[in-house]
Amino acid sequence: MKDAFGLPQSLLVLGGTSEIALATARRLIARRTRTVWLAGRPSPALDRAATELRGLGAEVHTVAFDALEPEAHETALGKVFAEGDIDLVLLAFGVLGDQARDERDPASAVRVAQTNYTGAVSACLVAARALQAQGHGSLVVLSSVAGERARRANFIYGSSKAGLDAFAQGLGDALYGTGVHVMVVRPGFVRSKMTAGLPEAPLATTPEEVAAAVELGLRRRSETVWVPGALRVVMSALRHAPRAVFRRLPV
Amino acid sequence: MPADTVAVTGWGRTAPTAAQLIRPRSYQEAAAAVRECGTRGGIPRGLGRAYGDAAQNAGGAVLDMTALDRVHAIDVTEGTVLCDAGVSLHRLMELLLPLGWFVPVTPGTRYVTVGGAIGADIHGKNHHVSGSFARHVRSFELLTADGLVRTVAQGTPLFDATAGGMGLTGVILTAAVRLQPVETSLMSVDTERAADLDDLMARLTATDHRYRYSVAWIDLLARGAATGRAVLTRGDHAPLDALPARARRAPLAFRTPRLPAAPAVFPEGLLSRRTVGLFNELWFRKAPRARTGELQRMSTFFHPLDGVPHWNRVYGRGGFVQYQFVVGHGQEETLRRIVRRISERRCPSFLAVLKRFGEADPGWLSFPVPGWTLALDLPAGLPGLAGFLDELDDEVAAAGGRVYLAKDSRLRPELLTTMYPRLADFRALRADLDPRGVFTSDLSRRLAL
Repeated sequence: MKDAFGLPQSLLVLGGTSEIALATARRLIARRTRTVWLAGRPSPALDRAATELRGLGAEVHTVAFDALEPEAHETALGKVFAEGDIDLVLLAFGVLGDQARDERDPASAVRVAQTNYTGAVSACLVAARALQAQGHGSLVVLSSVAGERARRANFIYGSSKAGLDAFAQGLGDALYGTGVHVMVVRPGFVRSKMTAGLPEAPLATTPEEVAAAVELGLRRRSETVWVPGALRVVMSALRHAPRAVFRRLPV
Repeated sequence: MPADTVAVTGWGRTAPTAAQLIRPRSYQEAAAAVRECGTRGGIPRGLGRAYGDAAQNAGGAVLDMTALDRVHAIDVTEGTVLCDAGVSLHRLMELLLPLGWFVPVTPGTRYVTVGGAIGADIHGKNHHVSGSFARHVRSFELLTADGLVRTVAQGTPLFDATAGGMGLTGVILTAAVRLQPVETSLMSVDTERAADLDDLMARLTATDHRYRYSVAWIDLLARGAATGRAVLTRGDHAPLDALPARARRAPLAFRTPRLPAAPAVFPEGLLSRRTVGLFNELWFRKAPRARTGELQRMSTFFHPLDGVPHWNRVYGRGGFVQYQFVVGHGQEETLRRIVRRISERRCPSFLAVLKRFGEADPGWLSFPVPGWTLALDLPAGLPGLAGFLDELDDEVAAAGGRVYLAKDSRLRPELLTTMYPRLADFRALRADLDPRGVFTSDLSRRLAL
């Protein structure tokens, strides 16, 4: 169960090798979290992540999960929920893709969309139903500021996050009053392996800062969290900028 | 039976979870609800004054017992009442006071049910004299997980598991409670100020035994030499001859003033260090240095907050946590250290109460042990509060103390066995009586009770 401060005792990570997810897991294990499920494609990286979290004192399980196989989500996640209540589901998988290549190769562009959007739709719905049945829990969805307004440099990734973001907001409204809380987290540029080698954007942040914002959002039962918080204002301005102006901005 | 899925919280308004709310109107309906409550179980709920998640049950059933509120019999010569568990102490006071009887124990609110009073084994300002509530319960009828109704007498293991058992042994249907005789409905109250914590503890130690009721309000925002300064209010039921002539015409009248309810949406941040500091300063200054024999209404003396319905809303949307712990006699140093830490941290708490407990109660999970208990309210949104309270838990546990389950919403489960040595007995009895875990609450899930 979550306590009065929204701190979970059990955590399910979808995308078990995500740096943001692992930073969040580390932070929560230092508080109340004792059981962690890492869902992801079986890999040495997933096992390493599990070993690391075990070292912090949590009971860690891994479960095979692939965003690109939505038909298997029900079975994979059903197995986790059958073992006991999950207080927090953190949806952290996603791919950035390679904008230039993806524009040339529609199939790889579709894979970005399927991972970030279609796969997330299926996983969120499966998790939401299980959370609703247990009458409590949070679903935290990692969106991105890129979804707030698509820009030339990464509109394939951005549009997939825009879809996910809109979906998660709607799901949050649908679950309002059911005891299940949906929180959309919109980080800006996060310094991680996903963005390694990319030019850094202003207001860049780290996985640890995102983790801290997630913990704060859980305590406040927030519906939307921007990391860093100043992005809320910046993105509000950018969202309303005329197309002709936005196109020329160095963002 | 009307049933609906709703989000439920405790009085602190933190951690809402959804449950099917069932309101049985007869013992049969209650038994049916227990039989049919499904894999996620059920938990009885009274008036929802437990601060944390004791009367919540995510995904399962919550049995609102307040419709079962008949008073079956009052024995005015012996001073006992037999009533349904859903009867509130407020209702009992309304009925019993004109007859010259009072409830044996009342907490800081009249709006608790008899069932809840036994389930949390509540205590009051008279614990050092009278012990906690269950000590005055002769027997009760308990609806257990098998659908049977058992009559449970004082002194039996099932009684001691249920007293303080947080509703996890079954649903109390009726109880026979022994009452306290009174001549009037007024209290004769002595008030004095204590300059600091040591002064306060010395006064309580030296003179507590002279008063039936005793409590101290502490200013936890006072620092330095004034750390722990307090206002003591102590007293007893006023005898008839202490009343002025006019009041003697209706000496047993029960009057309860009521102010408008706190608004549904309260601006957050109003309870800051500054506002609470100002309140505490005024509250301390307003109290007389020493005054004896002041006549007060019962509601003023026992239940000042009941005058403001929904006062819990003043903490805003984020809600609040109440922290109440006890440390035994001889552990005064721990108490001093905790008070100092809270003062130094400048936690905006304006409801901080210190009292001395008497003898421990027989309930296996009953809270009181002989020693010092401090209770304080804190806004849940205070930065770093979770970690700070964890540190206080460690101090309390190391001193052999414990926190109160009826108020808890955040304890680490690991500390529970240290704090409650009879937990193993409680678990064994539950495993035997309720092997399928029909009686389940968010509290029992969170702390693995």
